[in-house]
Amino acid sequence: MNVPDNLRYTSDHEWVLLEGDIVKVGITDHAQEELTDVVFVELPEDGRSCDAGDPVAVVESVKAASDIYCPVAGDIIEGNQDLEGDPSLVNADPYGSGWIFKVQLRDASAVDALMDAEGYKALIG
Amino acid sequence: MHTDFCSRHVGSVGEARESMIRELGYERIVALIDDAVPENIRGGDPLELPEALSETAALDRLRGIMSQNKVVKSLIGQGYSGTIVPPVIQRNILENPGWYTAYTPYQAEIAQGRLEALLNFQTMVADLTGLDVAGASLLDEGTAAAEAMALAKSGKPRGTTMFIADTCHPQTIDVVQTRAEPLGIKIEVGDWQTFKPSDCEGLFAVLVQYPDTRGSVDDYAAWIEEVHAAGALAIVAADLLALTVLRAPGEFGADICVGNSQRFGVPFGFGGPHAAFMSCTDKLKRKMPGRLIGVSIDSQGKPGYRLSLQTREQHIRRDKATSNICTAQVLLAVMASMYAVYHGPSGLKGIADQVHRAARVMAASLQGAGFEIVSETFFDTLVVRVPGEADAYLAKALESGYNLRRIDADHIGIAFDETFVCDDGRALIRVFGIENPTMPEDETPKWGEGNTRVSDFCTAPVFNSYHSETEMLRYLARLEKKDLALNESMIALGSCTMKLNATAEMMPLSWPEVAHIHPFAPDDQTMGYRQMLDELSDWLARITGFAAVSLQPNAGSQGEYAGLLAIRRYHEAHGDTGRDACLIPTSAHGTNPASAVMAGFKVVPVACDDQGNIDVDDLKAKAEEYSEQLGALMITYPSTHGVYEATIVDICKTIHQHGGQVYMDGANMNAQVGLTSPGLIGADVCHLNLHKTFCIPHGGGGPGVGPIGVAKQLVPYLPGHMTMDNEEAPVCSAAYGSASINTISWMYIAMMGADGLTEATKIAILNANYMAKLLNDYFPVLYTGNKGLVAHECIIDLRPISEQSGVTVEDVAKRLMDYGYHAPTMSWPVAGTLMIEPTESESKAELDKFCDAMILIHGEIQDVIEGRADKEDNILKNAPHTAEMVISDTWSHPYPREQAAFPMSCQRDHKFWPAVGRIDNVHGDRNLVCSCVGMEEYTNE
Repeated sequence: MNVPDNLRYTSDHEWVLLEGDIVKVGITDHAQEELTDVVFVELPEDGRSCDAGDPVAVVESVKAASDIYCPVAGDIIEGNQDLEGDPSLVNADPYGSGWIFKVQLRDASAVDALMDAEGYKALIG
Repeated sequence: MHTDFCSRHVGSVGEARESMIRELGYERIVALIDDAVPENIRGGDPLELPEALSETAALDRLRGIMSQNKVVKSLIGQGYSGTIVPPVIQRNILENPGWYTAYTPYQAEIAQGRLEALLNFQTMVADLTGLDVAGASLLDEGTAAAEAMALAKSGKPRGTTMFIADTCHPQTIDVVQTRAEPLGIKIEVGDWQTFKPSDCEGLFAVLVQYPDTRGSVDDYAAWIEEVHAAGALAIVAADLLALTVLRAPGEFGADICVGNSQRFGVPFGFGGPHAAFMSCTDKLKRKMPGRLIGVSIDSQGKPGYRLSLQTREQHIRRDKATSNICTAQVLLAVMASMYAVYHGPSGLKGIADQVHRAARVMAASLQGAGFEIVSETFFDTLVVRVPGEADAYLAKALESGYNLRRIDADHIGIAFDETFVCDDGRALIRVFGIENPTMPEDETPKWGEGNTRVSDFCTAPVFNSYHSETEMLRYLARLEKKDLALNESMIALGSCTMKLNATAEMMPLSWPEVAHIHPFAPDDQTMGYRQMLDELSDWLARITGFAAVSLQPNAGSQGEYAGLLAIRRYHEAHGDTGRDACLIPTSAHGTNPASAVMAGFKVVPVACDDQGNIDVDDLKAKAEEYSEQLGALMITYPSTHGVYEATIVDICKTIHQHGGQVYMDGANMNAQVGLTSPGLIGADVCHLNLHKTFCIPHGGGGPGVGPIGVAKQLVPYLPGHMTMDNEEAPVCSAAYGSASINTISWMYIAMMGADGLTEATKIAILNANYMAKLLNDYFPVLYTGNKGLVAHECIIDLRPISEQSGVTVEDVAKRLMDYGYHAPTMSWPVAGTLMIEPTESESKAELDKFCDAMILIHGEIQDVIEGRADKEDNILKNAPHTAEMVISDTWSHPYPREQAAFPMSCQRDHKFWPAVGRIDNVHGDRNLVCSCVGMEEYTNE
């Protein structure tokens, strides 16, 4: 199972990449495998202000519909428009071109509260 | 001794039955039942029901009752119009078990016929309403409007208010108001012409009727622009026949369109069943409630139909679903779509023109005689001003054989339809003292110049090909033959109770005194209906052990919603406004939490143990924790795992001790009738699925009927209706929901009697245990109760063998099609399993044959495990095999074609062929196509 060391993780299987005061969010390799073939991603509204834990996006496969929660407090600044044309990017490249949205952080230290790769690996066994 | 009919209804009698009992190690069935059903829920007195009648005697008795109805030509309108059911559709769909005994099209490869018909329905609705996407039907117009409200709200969660024009059908306004209350939505009803959307804070949607309930055809375009500017969505409730000549709602800004397709060849039936519709913009499609049919490709790369976007539905989304709706009105949607196929776009327009002409002649005649028509514009409905004389005119019209609509003391409504002919016109003008009709001065339509439709509709080839009866008959037969229904083989779907739908039970539906009664006909014309419905309610109350039953809910999900609303209203009436916690076991069907949320409850999950039973300790802890807020427990019995839990009585007591009410999901009532009852066990409300336990056929995915029985304290909170003494909280457009199909359950109970019904339950338990025994050595039975016995269904576990072989439960389901069978319930309630419910109606021979098929499939899986078959290119992964696949000149698979197509020797004599290869679900959901291709694309090819 691919769990990159440079990312932070939530118990809901989202990953977070910190770039300055902006984070990029997606779902983990483990999550995409559990969901199976993703058929649709509902992206969050741009500009929406969120608290950590707010459901902001939805990832659907033929078997399940899974809410994606905002891992940290902030404002949504961008959704990955490429997913509208090709939702399978979430399966093929979950940590790269399959990212889902970006958040402008309210407080950069919020990321520190999330799990590191070791913690996430322990969670998924 | 049981009656003649009972011995026909059950599959096995005599030696066949005895040998099954012996196979289970018992001498007598009584001993088996005593071991299977816990003692603490048994007992009570035997059911008190009338003596069982033969088929002939029951038909005679029902005919006698229903002949008290008076068949009068109803020009009442208000959402229901007279229609002519084309005989070719009546005989070949409505009266044809090939269509009405099929299940919901979950197994797409053996359901291509009705999936095509439903795609036609979606195309017709999307075209006529001028919107991008239409669903495969909803329950009725009122609930469709309520669903539209929820859909609009989901896109604007912070919205608080919906505006409804007071010119909508009154029953629609009532149903939407019932639905809005527990969700905390404010409904403002008023005059749309004076309502300013920008002045209304929190507005998220508006609802208008087109043409409106008084017949007026209004131009909403400019006003809808204001609605959009205020950030709200526009919902238009429309009439499909009117839309063949009027501008489509999508063309004047509607975001969602709803309505009733009844006047496309579906009889009144005193309120239903009919197929309501919903269409919406592309933007909203992924949140649209109900079924949606889409096109995908099969394993051979050819187009095939399937149910799309199922993850939107309540069984996946649970308490996050927009709606609790599980079903559609498939049989009626199929009929309505075929009405359009048979008439074609120009035929439909011709009918609309004829109807409009009748209205115009009447209007001219009335105006010529000095009467005032209230609305300047109209399509088919006139409101006539008759100060103080409405009742007098209604009486005069009735003397001539017509029901008109009483709007108030000064106004009457007349709605024209395709059954209205010249002689009717002559008779009707005489009611108003007019001798000779006045012809309109010109041919200009009276619906207002700007409202004329200019766009085409129903241009796809299917709507332009089958206008002769011969062609139509063959089209219907072609589609029927693609679908596997009960007239082909057993459909052992766990939790769905696919039992016999006896022909005698179905026959009354075609009687005029059943079919042609308007839901708002005067009481003295519906005496027969009332007696039949009263008798049925009384019988169901006795069977469930409750004080009263309401037949209004027109689906099981509606029953859940109505039952929980009754609990909510009971608590409120007792000053307990804070009781909004609803305990629901994690093993419950997804509809339960979805219904609870709709009725204003918060869901509190209760854990289950490894055996699938409710964790009683957790339940007690939760009941304690939420004692002050406890509103209800929702529980299925026997459990969703097909086991009688002896703890149920204790569970009910615990809930009552903490001030809650117990809601029992009656999905598994077929394991209770005559042996125990929800009332006896301690439940306060239970819904019944008449389309499961009480023989209403599944119709290929609806109609259903979901009455609720309630204990004494909840009786005042049963759903009311504007036509009843109790007007509070209606959940459906019509007072008795889908009234006409209740005749089916009436016939069943009348012919079975108390002993027959109890016998049926026992045989259902016998059949399930017999199959569990035969299959257990191959596929272990997952859950059992006392002495290793199951209730009326059993779950077989495929997970170990899947793990070893890589063959999934889906592969097995698809391979069963090659054997001529519909798969049992797949991966519910446990992933990787099959849940089998044979019902009492299947014979030992059929049970044996199905078990043989499963055992042969087990052997095919063993071939994979032991290396005799390829891991990927094998007979299971490639299933189902179509005739085209096995007859092809090229065959590259490493197994013989004969084994693919004829795994059982009896299939050489008779073989059901799947119409398509395995459908690609992922392709279908990624590339959503929900309508037929247009004529342009067809001719371009």
